[in-house]
Amino acid sequence: METLKETSKKAKKKTAIKITGAEAIIHCLLAEGVDLIYGYPGGAIMPVYDELYKFQDKLHHVLTRHEQGATHAAQGYARVTGKVGVAVATSGPGATNLVTGLADAQIDSTPIVCITGQVPRHLLGSDAFQETDIIGISTPVTKWNYQITRASEIPEIMAKAFYIAKAGRPGPVLIDVTKNAQFEELEFVYEHCKGVRSYNPRPKPDTEQLERAAALINSAKKPYIIFGQGVILGNAEAQLKELIEKTGIPAAWTILGLSALATDHPLNVGMVGMHGNYGPNVLTNECDLLIAIGMRFDDRVTGNLDTYAKQAKIIHFEIDPAEINKNVKADVPVLGDAKESLELLLPMLKENSHEKWFGEFEAKHKEEYEAVIKNDLHPTKEGLTMGEVIKEINKATNNEAVIVTDVGQHQMVTCRYARFNQSKSNITSGGLGTMGFALPAAIGAKMGVEHREVVAVIGDGGYQMTIQELATIYQNNTAVKIVVLNNEHLGMVRQWQELFFDRRYASTVMTNPDFVKIAEGYHIQAKSVSRREDLAKVVTEMIASDKPYFLEVKVEKEDNVFPMIPSGASVSDIRLK
Amino acid sequence: MQMEKKWFTISVYSENNIGLLNRISDIFLKRHINIESLNVSKSEIEHVSKFTIVVNTTETWTQKIVGQIEKQIEVIKAFYHTDEETIYQESALFKIASHLLFDEPQIQNIIAESKSKIVTVSREYFVLAKTGRKHEIDQMHENLEPYGIMQFVRSGRISVTKAEMPITTILNEFYQT
Repeated sequence: METLKETSKKAKKKTAIKITGAEAIIHCLLAEGVDLIYGYPGGAIMPVYDELYKFQDKLHHVLTRHEQGATHAAQGYARVTGKVGVAVATSGPGATNLVTGLADAQIDSTPIVCITGQVPRHLLGSDAFQETDIIGISTPVTKWNYQITRASEIPEIMAKAFYIAKAGRPGPVLIDVTKNAQFEELEFVYEHCKGVRSYNPRPKPDTEQLERAAALINSAKKPYIIFGQGVILGNAEAQLKELIEKTGIPAAWTILGLSALATDHPLNVGMVGMHGNYGPNVLTNECDLLIAIGMRFDDRVTGNLDTYAKQAKIIHFEIDPAEINKNVKADVPVLGDAKESLELLLPMLKENSHEKWFGEFEAKHKEEYEAVIKNDLHPTKEGLTMGEVIKEINKATNNEAVIVTDVGQHQMVTCRYARFNQSKSNITSGGLGTMGFALPAAIGAKMGVEHREVVAVIGDGGYQMTIQELATIYQNNTAVKIVVLNNEHLGMVRQWQELFFDRRYASTVMTNPDFVKIAEGYHIQAKSVSRREDLAKVVTEMIASDKPYFLEVKVEKEDNVFPMIPSGASVSDIRLK
Repeated sequence: MQMEKKWFTISVYSENNIGLLNRISDIFLKRHINIESLNVSKSEIEHVSKFTIVVNTTETWTQKIVGQIEKQIEVIKAFYHTDEETIYQESALFKIASHLLFDEPQIQNIIAESKSKIVTVSREYFVLAKTGRKHEIDQMHENLEPYGIMQFVRSGRISVTKAEMPITTILNEFYQT
């Protein structure tokens, strides 16, 4: 078997080699720098798996225990590395099981390429065994998708798939390959895709808009930055930091923007949104200039749009034209890549400081500390809080871990209290809110950055949605640390029932299995903690382990997450209790 | 920005790929907006397709829909226009029993007044083709209905704009960079 370099050398000489479609798919993956993929075999994708067997020294395939797990693992990998994650599945149910991961990647702008097998071309539309219209099904949840029915299409389409997944605002791409196209032979020549004529992924920032933005920033009295994942996806962390430090503007983050700026940075004022920090929410409606960078004004961030930042001028730095004026009208939209835009903006800005204005954030923080944070992090009651668990994880990992969360109370608490000192460290399902995301995503994250500590913090509900991936962890000896914050409830729904549905706890009480025994059944070291005095020691022991480790923490059963903006309320009406 | 509902014609220039129609119709489905009429054809540029979509909604929604359509990878450019900014037509075919031509002299007047064309005549039926605005076709339908229409079909709106739609420029820019 020739090496990839030889293949691409041949390609350059235009002396194409004749190989099968299935082998061509492997060569395409290798040419795109892929060395790790997640998936699950089945009938219609078997020719590709046969090639994976032959190429296993170059391309490591991780067998997840469900196709959904493969997509989330690919997402976790993509989010920590910035590279494209790859998942493979068979036709029919294999393909439909990818849908949740695709939707999650679509709404959280995560670059993944999913390859599905499909029944042979002559059986398309015949309701053949394991046939499903995955192109039709996946259309609303993919950035792009395509069905390959002839082997000769493979190189060009695969190149396009990787280009589109990564270019501009990233997203998921699904390539469906009929079985005949995997068996057929083609003349293989691979060329990377450099552009698609109908797609302009990186609009050039407009100088006039940048000048208008700079003028507003230079003259603002109460300017305020909210940044999102666009900063991370655009590798603009350094530019963001420089912007903040040069102008002295307080900066808050959306849940997906978390870790783009060190949590301990003096001008980092915290999280916006439904369970964000008090000051960042309330002061959104008191700033005179709101500078949004790589964020999309999601409803969980803005609350009621009719009362959102109406007093402020708004500058919106955004790469996706469809996001401009979608939810919040921008006075100055700056279309373009975050890094490129900020680099052009920085020389136009005056050095400045806004101490008095920053003081308002500090004052609000004090209020929040007294009403919420103190009790979360230094509780005096008997039951353990989720917050104190996160505090111990911060301590044990020196704020250096990748922390992967699922969806619900534990997610909000983790994002509020986790400390990060480097980017691409907070991996969570933000837009879609996919329970079951964390465990498989943590597998992908750990495999993406093996040298880093990866801690998955999960609720007892979401954990049981993809718990089968413990087998993947065991089989691959993936040293993720799994922390289940067990409150024996679907905590966030229970909280809403308590606050808005007169305490009618419909189907939110969980009768759980013995989680320690389950983990041990998968040969994973496991412990359970329910007393405060044991917590620090066990967390330290978990982090010190170089193997996978499961820790159940039995936390207070009926705690609520505050602050909270009730659904549909204004950011000004955020409640501290 | 006007908030009342109006008629807008959305013109989409795109690559001619299977599945794009699905992608575009999904955008309307997701926002629960009805497509009043849809036409897909080739455009003035080789290998570039043109979708002509008519919606009745607010300008704000139309702008957002156009943004989402343009976001699709294989869409080159999308525009929206009001009726006043376009020249537009629809076509219709009426299949009518042939004996009515002789039994109902009024039918001949309707044909003449409507400026429609007889496309074919057989012993059993004849077919009228009418091109025009929607209300003209509706009027003709109303006039013929009392005599019995065997089959009726009307096409989606097709339209050209008074202003330029610089697709060739956009494509040339791509090839130059």
